[in-house]
Amino acid sequence: MDAAVRELSYAQAIQEAMAIAMDMDERVFLMGEDIGVYGGAFQVTGDLVERYGTDRVIDTPISELGGAGVAVGAAVTGMRPIFEFQFSDFATLGMEQIVNQAAKMRFMLGGEVSVPVVMRFPAGSGTGAAAQHSQSLEAWLGHVPGLKVIQPATPHDAKGMLLAAVADPDPVMIFEHKLLYKMKGHVPEGHYIVPIGKAEIRREGRDLTIVATSIMVQKALEAAAALEGEGIDIEVVDLRTIRPIDRQTIIDSVKKTSRLLCVYEAVKTLGIGAEVSALVAESEAFDYLDAPIVRLGGAETPIPYNPDLEKATVPQVPDIIAAARDLVKGVR
Amino acid sequence: MAGASKAVVDSRANLPFVYRQYSPEQLRQVLHKMYLIRRFEEGAEECYMRGLIHGTMHLSIGQEASAMGICMPLAEDDQITSTHRGHGHCIAKGAEVSRMFAEFFGKTTGYCKGRGGSMHIADVAKGNLGANGIVAGGIPIAVGAALSSKRMKTGKVVVSFFGDGANNEGAFHEALNMAAIWKLPVIFVCENNGYGMSTSTARSTAVKNIAERAAAYSMPGVIVNGNIFSEVAEASFKAVERARAGEGPTLIESKTYRHRGHSKSDRNRYRTKEEIEDWMANRDPITLFETELRDFGFIDDQGIQAIRDAVAKEIADGIEFAKASPAPEIATLENYVYTEHA
Repeated sequence: MDAAVRELSYAQAIQEAMAIAMDMDERVFLMGEDIGVYGGAFQVTGDLVERYGTDRVIDTPISELGGAGVAVGAAVTGMRPIFEFQFSDFATLGMEQIVNQAAKMRFMLGGEVSVPVVMRFPAGSGTGAAAQHSQSLEAWLGHVPGLKVIQPATPHDAKGMLLAAVADPDPVMIFEHKLLYKMKGHVPEGHYIVPIGKAEIRREGRDLTIVATSIMVQKALEAAAALEGEGIDIEVVDLRTIRPIDRQTIIDSVKKTSRLLCVYEAVKTLGIGAEVSALVAESEAFDYLDAPIVRLGGAETPIPYNPDLEKATVPQVPDIIAAARDLVKGVR
Repeated sequence: MAGASKAVVDSRANLPFVYRQYSPEQLRQVLHKMYLIRRFEEGAEECYMRGLIHGTMHLSIGQEASAMGICMPLAEDDQITSTHRGHGHCIAKGAEVSRMFAEFFGKTTGYCKGRGGSMHIADVAKGNLGANGIVAGGIPIAVGAALSSKRMKTGKVVVSFFGDGANNEGAFHEALNMAAIWKLPVIFVCENNGYGMSTSTARSTAVKNIAERAAAYSMPGVIVNGNIFSEVAEASFKAVERARAGEGPTLIESKTYRHRGHSKSDRNRYRTKEEIEDWMANRDPITLFETELRDFGFIDDQGIQAIRDAVAKEIADGIEFAKASPAPEIATLENYVYTEHA
């Protein structure tokens, strides 16, 4: 196949990135629950254990706290672990090691160590897995200085950002939306880096800026395409990193379009939309605003089991279309 | 012992482990360091009382033999993780008291450049990966360090110190299990001083001896009198040998006692004055070791006095160094949150 148009799924892109990282650096290894012969709950590690062996693709017991701590300890002492939480919800079990240890160790020790650990979190709703296997907890970790938190939205970025994370000397938390795993897209071969901390403009437009994260980037692009026929020209900013956040790209976009809609799957209140709204309101872009800022986020509820309820919990394309239209037409 | 006479060898043959294993000079160094730990903590406590140190601190006075005994067989590049009661571990692993005082004073010359204080004291160059403010927080990290040692074949052994309170944390159980299934070169050292803050082990822990927990993870569980240096050092020596041989982890329960309260806010309402005084008068680890050294002819009163004088000077010099050191600039507030890129 022609390399220029080679397509991989998001999951395959991550797997390829991990293989490249292990090929490039003997210190890189994988840890997690059922990532070996099982291939990972979402088949992201796949057959890597056959290629790299059980010393480098380590099945852990069901011990999220201990496992996360082992990864932190290995990172501090010279290894480059990539630790997979089977579901992002299980971050709750490993929170102590993530927040108190990984994030703070360098700081508490006055810069004497670095903690180059990568943690991967399959996140989000839409799989019928109900309230304890569907959450979007990235803003929790985004609130912690010392961590870097990323949400790649395409197969291309999933690979390039994972390789950036492995090369990063600090702890990087990757939130991967489970519904993206099967999404296909162009993924270059070989090693490349998509930098952490840089947002990407996925679609240029002049009437409205949508700042979206993870799977909401795809939904925002669909909404933008649908509104094209109505003469509404939308710019879609894929935030990609929520800590450190790319303020300038957001501010510049809002100055151009004069309207801002934030779209994210996590619970709306106290989420990334609040941060994006506030940084715009605090910036020179505030004077450019022609309409109030609008946020579309998850409902104030745990994720329900019933599929219709589940869908209604998080923003869908029609919700984005309606909100964008109202904003541009001055209904709000 | 090529140079030693047969008489000396024979005279040592019936003595406890450390007197057979280590030279008289090494053992006098141990006494020196035990005094250094004791006086360091007394000095820190006094500086706290005088308002020179803020925050809080957790003193290990009474537990010096445990820290020294465990670290005795460790090489300089072996690693430890420590606890909120970690001053003794830090000194035992080779830290300088001057830079420790500087850290407590919040100065840039401190081991953590004033960012960590007592509860995060560390000395990475000497293999101390840090004290920890979270009970059991360092245990999985030690297992990770041991995994690095095994993967990179460095031969390093890792010791994880923790208190009796940590044995009821999930992290303890998860970490011991992983160390056992992967046969990692790590030694778990529970310094059981009888109380997790105010709650006695009798009230908090279902097993009588924390070492019994080892059976659940198929590793040796060893109980030692933590106030007898030789007993602790012997157990550590065996555990280190086992770890270096690739035979996996050991759990050592070092039974000891803290003379001071949990932290500076402790009013000692959960134990009696008589209990504390009994431990201080009859089971003080420094007194016990010093007496043995003298009885066995390894040191005389003059030698003991010389150690005490030298330690007193080190402590005084250390405090002066800390006082004279510069405080961090406010502009450096956000340093070390992330690794600075060149």
